[in-house]
Amino acid sequence: MQSILIGKAAAFPNPGRKVVEVEGVSVGVFCRDGKFTAFENVCPHMGGPVCQGKIIARVEELIAEDKTSLGLAFSKDHTNVACPWHGYEFDIATGRHQGNPRLRLRPVTIEVVDGDLRVTLPEGTRERIARRRQAPLREVD
Amino acid sequence: MQQRTVKDVRELQEITIKTDTRDILSHATIQAEGLEDYFLIDIDAHVTESSFWNEIIDLIDNDVIRQMGQAMMMRPGTTTALLNTQPGTLYQHVFGRIPHQAVLAEAVDGSESHRFTELARRSMDAMGIDYQVVFPTPMLVLGMHPQEEIEAAIGRAYNRWLIERILPEDERIKGLLYLPFNSPEAAMDIVRDFGNAKGVIGFTVTCTRNRPVHHNQYMKLYAMIEETGKPLAFHSGFHWGDPSFLQLNRFISMHAISFVHYSLIHLTNWVINALPERFPKLKLVWVESGLAWIPFIMQRLDHEFMMRVCEAPNLKRLPSEYIREMYFTSQPLERSNMKLLEATFDAIKAGTQLLFASDWPHWDFDPPSSITTLPFLSEQEKRNILGLNAARLFNLEVKRMRPRAKDVLAARPGVA
Repeated sequence: MQSILIGKAAAFPNPGRKVVEVEGVSVGVFCRDGKFTAFENVCPHMGGPVCQGKIIARVEELIAEDKTSLGLAFSKDHTNVACPWHGYEFDIATGRHQGNPRLRLRPVTIEVVDGDLRVTLPEGTRERIARRRQAPLREVD
Repeated sequence: MQQRTVKDVRELQEITIKTDTRDILSHATIQAEGLEDYFLIDIDAHVTESSFWNEIIDLIDNDVIRQMGQAMMMRPGTTTALLNTQPGTLYQHVFGRIPHQAVLAEAVDGSESHRFTELARRSMDAMGIDYQVVFPTPMLVLGMHPQEEIEAAIGRAYNRWLIERILPEDERIKGLLYLPFNSPEAAMDIVRDFGNAKGVIGFTVTCTRNRPVHHNQYMKLYAMIEETGKPLAFHSGFHWGDPSFLQLNRFISMHAISFVHYSLIHLTNWVINALPERFPKLKLVWVESGLAWIPFIMQRLDHEFMMRVCEAPNLKRLPSEYIREMYFTSQPLERSNMKLLEATFDAIKAGTQLLFASDWPHWDFDPPSSITTLPFLSEQEKRNILGLNAARLFNLEVKRMRPRAKDVLAARPGVA
């Protein structure tokens, strides 16, 4: 397993995202409210480059006490990344799909060591892209 | 643990409308590395038309209609003059979340080909496709245009453009001619004038229209197409303006139902009026409604036919038996329940009747891995669905036409 230096944690945009590739294996690093997360850049849906997608606040529908809809609104608490292939949206804090939390991005170990932001490069990524199937709408292996 | 410095790391950018197709689809190319000995045909793909619509307008035969279109194109921001663009068309990219649906705005500098050709070629190379059938997106609802003469004029101009400008550029691109179905005489002119053109492998009726396919006015047209030996494809689409769909408040709801709705109507009319008995050699392909609707209509028509045979007296077999002899394209393949999907494949005899379609660059596209990763298919069935069934149906030579996946990966702009 290889540890990759991303840069100084303090210099990372907040909120922000950086996708890095080493020898064909890519990882997305996200920062929100000063907290870092990192995921393999492989959508559990069909293998798309999910971490390179649009970052956008979660859309919620507000329901009043009398059960009437108050319309759509952007969440102040949750931010998603949308896979550019098909729009599957995952919370960048948890990696879980907004509508089906059993489906999640594959997390990558990320740590801050002496101010340096480092991720551990996953193994088997290309194989997971190659054999990715859409079928199981359950938690990624 | 081995540690590397940042200089070994390449940063990848957000995918936007300007990202090169080969970079967007690089993971599909990785998937295609395992398909090098497969032969692949994509029966349904689309290309952004905003950059070439004026070329089609210029080919309209009628002087007045051509002038109308050209005048509309002069207005800044107009990209699809004369067309009946529908509510919801711009919703498809999920409001910026799926950039390739919005527009492929990438550079094609250095290519001597038409932009349309180059973009199609890039998608074929990236997904590992040998042949691809392409179709402009907004023409999918042209059958709902209130002016029949506009459908006929645009349809003929598009066919000319395809035959004269695009198909000669790359033998990997094939065409299904647009039939202006609301004008049967004009549709017959298309078959007669362009049916034998190089690269034309069949004909398309867009399903989004309110014309009964069993009407007597179409019998000469079907006879002509049957005589050519080339298939007739019914390509579905959506139409939020349909009165029933006006109740649906979200695009997802309308889109999920609308494609299937039109396919159900036309297929039902086709079968119940015994057109398979009247045109036994006419091969039908049903495009872009997925597959889940087919077992439903097979069972439903069989069930009711046995009680109301007096309404379908020319059927000599169960409706489902006729449907099983038709061809279907795979996209958008419903895969949330493998047992249901496997039963569907069995019901439609997918091993011989199913044709792979990507629908690239639309928001619900399927790469070839949508077929290769299905656990219940045999190796031969996968090969049939991905290309061999289509080669047999459209009389295409089984011949490798694409570059190797590893070469495509190495040459994509994001790496080079």
